[in-house]
Amino acid sequence: MHSMAARTLFDKLWDAHVVADLGDDVALLHVDRQLLHDLSGYRALRELQRRGLQVRNPERAYAVPDHLVSSAPGRSGGNAEWSNLQINGLRSSCDKWGIRLFDVNDAEQGIVHVIGPELGLTQPGLLIVCGDSHTSTHGALGALAWGIGSSELVHVLATQTIVQKRPRRLRVHFSGRLAPGVEAKDLILYLIGREGAAAGTGYAVEYAGEAISELDMEGRMTLCNLSIEWGAKIGMVAPDARTCDWLKGRPHAPRERDWDAATTAWRALRSDAGARFDREIEVDACKVEPQITWGTSPQDTIAVSARVPDPSATNDIARRAAMHKALEYMGLVPGQAIAGTRIDRVFIGSCTNSRLVDLRRAAMLVQRAGRRVAPHVRAWVVPGSQSVKREAEAEGLDRIFLDAGFEWREPGCALCVGANGELIAPGERCVSTSNRNFVGRQGPQARTHLASPVMAAAAALAGEIADAREF
Amino acid sequence: MEKFTVLNSVAAPLMLANVDTDLIIRIERLYRLDRGELGAWAFESLRYLSDDRENPQFLLNQPPWRGARILLAAENFGCGSSREGAVWALWDLGVRCVIAPSFGDIFYNNCIQNGMLPLRLAAEQVESLAAEAKNVGGEISVDLAAQQVRTASGRLLAFDIEPGQRETLLKGLDAISLTLAYSAEIDKYQERDRMLRPWLYRKA
Ligand code: SF4
Repeated sequence: MHSMAARTLFDKLWDAHVVADLGDDVALLHVDRQLLHDLSGYRALRELQRRGLQVRNPERAYAVPDHLVSSAPGRSGGNAEWSNLQINGLRSSCDKWGIRLFDVNDAEQGIVHVIGPELGLTQPGLLIVCGDSHTSTHGALGALAWGIGSSELVHVLATQTIVQKRPRRLRVHFSGRLAPGVEAKDLILYLIGREGAAAGTGYAVEYAGEAISELDMEGRMTLCNLSIEWGAKIGMVAPDARTCDWLKGRPHAPRERDWDAATTAWRALRSDAGARFDREIEVDACKVEPQITWGTSPQDTIAVSARVPDPSATNDIARRAAMHKALEYMGLVPGQAIAGTRIDRVFIGSCTNSRLVDLRRAAMLVQRAGRRVAPHVRAWVVPGSQSVKREAEAEGLDRIFLDAGFEWREPGCALCVGANGELIAPGERCVSTSNRNFVGRQGPQARTHLASPVMAAAAALAGEIADAREF
Repeated sequence: MEKFTVLNSVAAPLMLANVDTDLIIRIERLYRLDRGELGAWAFESLRYLSDDRENPQFLLNQPPWRGARILLAAENFGCGSSREGAVWALWDLGVRCVIAPSFGDIFYNNCIQNGMLPLRLAAEQVESLAAEAKNVGGEISVDLAAQQVRTASGRLLAFDIEPGQRETLLKGLDAISLTLAYSAEIDKYQERDRMLRPWLYRKA
């Protein structure tokens, strides 16, 4: 029914995966690949076994321990007995069903949203799900990807399909180019700050425009990763020549004559001229400055040159109360300059910003500055995958970090959510390249400031929140 | 799955915006505890003081609201992580229905999967329910079949829900057995896909 009219990228992908129309805009969709991690993936497999169900297509599932693994140098599993129990459970479930597992020290292990694209498991046109809200990341390659709960994941494992209501379509058009020192992270935080944490709810978002075409694939992943932080389950960028170049030669990417057939199909995956979106948003990318969050929602973001907002400036009573609470939690005073705020910790990592180019940019800043991590700061660099770690070491980035006093650790989610027991202490302040500054996210009473990798590196050296452009 | 038909309860006016699933249940509670054991940890950072005593300021620790089966919240309830444990923790606390102007998309689906009703009403309507809860008190009644909320003072508020999800909740249907009836269609899809995208079917 949609085939003749101009269609959006999203609609093309959705329509191509419909197994059955269930009416009222709800469809049974075919899932091409499902990714399992050591929390939701293991839980879903356990539940499936408990219910006596079968994994319908084990060859379409890929599993990796990432949340619970230790990031300590030389690690062999989790930091505690219970995490090893879970990791072992994932291992034996995968074994039982014949699911490919990238085990703790496998050369291909890493954060699920880093290794999917990196291994070429994520490709344009695929429908991918994972029991994890940041599955939106995979949309950066033109895949239709979103996070689901563990019950939905059991459904996917048992049937290779998912029942979904068609979301509405939203396009964000970024005109102009990013200023020097401004990264994809700043762009998306700026957007979330402007639109609000719920603005994307119910939408599949396509990011387009000059700033996006210019963005490297890693930057597009950062952008799509944070889609869920303004409510959108799905974020995507239409595949282009850069996408194909980036995928070529990756372990699971199509080869030889398959490559030609695949790339021909991928080229059609873009919104047609005249395709209708339910909502369109314009952003002038040139105006965006490096961002830093001040509160407990990703929407609480300001330019690093700005002052902490004053709740009394808003007329919305509920919003004012929420701002007061956030400021109290964060230990900040309205009107103070955010730059210069003393910090205790720095975390460069997570599925948002732990890829090679992220680490490269942070390392370059450290090298350029020729300074060491401030004595009172503990700064971690946690590469997103074994492959990122290897490549970074081959380029000598580990030496730059280590010589400057950063810790260089093993791949996994680590401090992003602290599921492995690695936490920020109560009251400590951390500049983090991750995606959530929620209350208690990095540990009870931990204070998180979200920022880009260069901003995090700058903060580590300065010992306080600082403008990366001054380094 | 437990059926959801009619629910009568006081409605606790929590009325916070952007309540994220990290706030509802911390991640480390989820792998050390199972469903059924999470109630004590729901909203832990709000519910307890630093010395582990209950925080008397927190709404759900206060007499009429403790044990409320209906929560009233502001926009974007259940945003953030996909953790289904957020629904289980609320369930274990006794909550069966959350009324808010909007929900995190993943949380919303997780509710349906577990027999919990995520009920959308306009922001002004939720606010009026909250005001009534605070000023008048008393039980409200949620009737899913009629798609109606009856307030303590007897006002009727209609709400929308997608028909399939309504059916699932009313009958406590199991989504997997329903889908397994489409096995032939799934086979057919995969056969056709093998022709359309052969590259996905060769071993790496
Ligand atoms: S890095 Fe953080 S956000 Fe990403 S998957 Fe791991 S815990 Fe989730």
